[in-house]
Amino acid sequence: MHARLYRSLYRIRRVEEEIARVYASDKIKSPVHLSIGQEAVSVGVCDALRPDDVVFGTYRGHAMYLAKGGDMAAMVAELYGKVGGCTRGKGGSMHLIDTECGVMGTSAVVGTTIANAAGYAYAMKVRRSDAVVASFFGDGATEEGVFAETLNFAVLKKLPVLFVCENNGFAIHTAQAKRQGLTDICARARAYGMPAERIDGNDVLTLRDRAEAAIERMRGGEGPQFIEATTYRWREHVGPGQDFHLGYREQADCDAAQARDAVRAIAEMLDPKERALIESAVELEVREAFQFAEASAFPTTDDLMTDIFTEEADALANR
Amino acid sequence: MLSPTAKAAPRPAPKPAAERTRSFVEAVREATEQEMARDENVVLYGLDVDDPKAIQGTTLGLPAKFGAERVFGTPLSEDAMTGAAIGMALAGLRPIHVHIRMDFLLLAVNQLLNVAAKSRYMYGGRVNVPMVVRAMIGKSWGQGAQHSQGLHSFFMHVPGIKVVAPSTPYDAKGTLAAAVRDDNPVLYVEHRLLHFQKGPVPAESYTVQPGKARITVPGSDVTVVGISYMQVEALRAAKYLADVGVKAEVIDPIWLNPLDTDTIAESVARTGRLLVVDTAWTNCGAAAEIVSRVGEKLQGEVPFRFQRMGFAPTTCPTTPTLEDAFYPNARTIAAAARDLVEGRKTGWLPAERADLQSIEFKGPF
Repeated sequence: MHARLYRSLYRIRRVEEEIARVYASDKIKSPVHLSIGQEAVSVGVCDALRPDDVVFGTYRGHAMYLAKGGDMAAMVAELYGKVGGCTRGKGGSMHLIDTECGVMGTSAVVGTTIANAAGYAYAMKVRRSDAVVASFFGDGATEEGVFAETLNFAVLKKLPVLFVCENNGFAIHTAQAKRQGLTDICARARAYGMPAERIDGNDVLTLRDRAEAAIERMRGGEGPQFIEATTYRWREHVGPGQDFHLGYREQADCDAAQARDAVRAIAEMLDPKERALIESAVELEVREAFQFAEASAFPTTDDLMTDIFTEEADALANR
Repeated sequence: MLSPTAKAAPRPAPKPAAERTRSFVEAVREATEQEMARDENVVLYGLDVDDPKAIQGTTLGLPAKFGAERVFGTPLSEDAMTGAAIGMALAGLRPIHVHIRMDFLLLAVNQLLNVAAKSRYMYGGRVNVPMVVRAMIGKSWGQGAQHSQGLHSFFMHVPGIKVVAPSTPYDAKGTLAAAVRDDNPVLYVEHRLLHFQKGPVPAESYTVQPGKARITVPGSDVTVVGISYMQVEALRAAKYLADVGVKAEVIDPIWLNPLDTDTIAESVARTGRLLVVDTAWTNCGAAAEIVSRVGEKLQGEVPFRFQRMGFAPTTCPTTPTLEDAFYPNARTIAAAARDLVEGRKTGWLPAERADLQSIEFKGPF
């Protein structure tokens, strides 16, 4: 399991470092919200999910997409705006999807996918499927009305949704305490009638364990579960760089988070030979993903007016 | 420009009032019941769909027939419940989400326009969002500022969501069935006063698909397009106009997006006059869109006069004296049409005919 977790963590870290490196070349035609520092939240939860379980997430979605098994080359090509991208160059970094492995969407509007996840879970329940849905969102999303509405509905209908609040402490540049009268997000979740647990988001092993237990309860029909995973974003809100010069947060906080880096922590638990094998395989995958993106073509202008509706409806609308 | 290949034959009138007559409400209920029986993926929900009043009767008996999982009332959470519809649709269900007033859609706009309308496109065609949103426009008996709005043009503005506004029981049934089977999101606009309409409705299941408007009264002097409930007023207006020898051609667009511009433009090419009457404001509205599209087709080839009519450009009042002045009606429509025909302000307003009075809703709600 450690090897699997490390591969997943390292894969996300390395491809995002490469995205940040390549960004200066302007080959990436999409705003990027990097997950560097936050990978363990997605990895811990997604490792406890089955392939037929699904996830919904946010514009900071690279980690979730990859952790759930999303195609790395299709993701990088998407960032390049190429036709080989996971949405054929139409969605970019903020709208990743890979339906083959249960990545059902990410949104640029905060909180939006929380309700989509609940609806998907309702369908699973109606179908008597024991598949579950994980809904990833940030601390900012818990201030949106849709968060409150969805938690109520999920409890009312005992939906198999694992709500995962990825709390990195900031909504863009504004600290949680400046936005929330009650910063205890789990208390709010419990008030709606579901179990909630705050977990160190760098502690991937505990997180995985707790997620697995929550998912088991959901498969057993116990209804929605809530995890708040505390984490820290190492880079700026959007873009490849750092932003400590802005003065809204301290370098010391980042240093503390980096001292507890999950990628390094798990790496140190592995046999060095095993670790080297994983790393070289990931390096190859990353290299090939960028090669694929480079080689893939841009869509032609014919594609501008496709997929607004289904095909026959597009023909009618464009008549 | 009229392209001969793109010419749409107008939709034929439904079979004349044959054996079977039903109300608009019964037509909506029947379409829902038949679609739910036909496809187990269809689910129906919204505030109060399972309460004793059953959304004016449009959901009557459906909770008992299909069970509480497929037919259910919801918390007062329009935003999340719309988002849930999208999630259900992504998972293969076909939700019908009911809003007893269209005004409440403003609580659901993020999900409808940022997600439902965009998902297929922004996910590169990898997903469809088959969902129907039924929304009712209120009118009369003091519905007032927040129970009366016709907001369909908001949704026509954004690519990716279809909009349909049937005016007859026949089309109410056929377009609802078409909407439920459609793989795209559809906003189904129903007007509270249309619920009282009666007309021919075949018992069997059928669809009224997008693409064709219907010429409801043929004529040669002026084209009158009536949207949703204003179709009823336009049909009455045609009778007032007939009294003074003006032959109005009345058109029901039925589907607003996609819009059958060809049928309307062909009519205007014959009449040289276009009056579009909406149950909404005219500013940036459906009427403005229809006039523009016809203008783009006919300019340089056919000169024509045109006018839009709709709500007075103010907030809907509750007191009857002001409310009456807020809406177009058969007589003001007839007057505007005659002015278009004569090319001048005639000052004519027909005397009210008892047989053409509006059936107003008598309340209470």
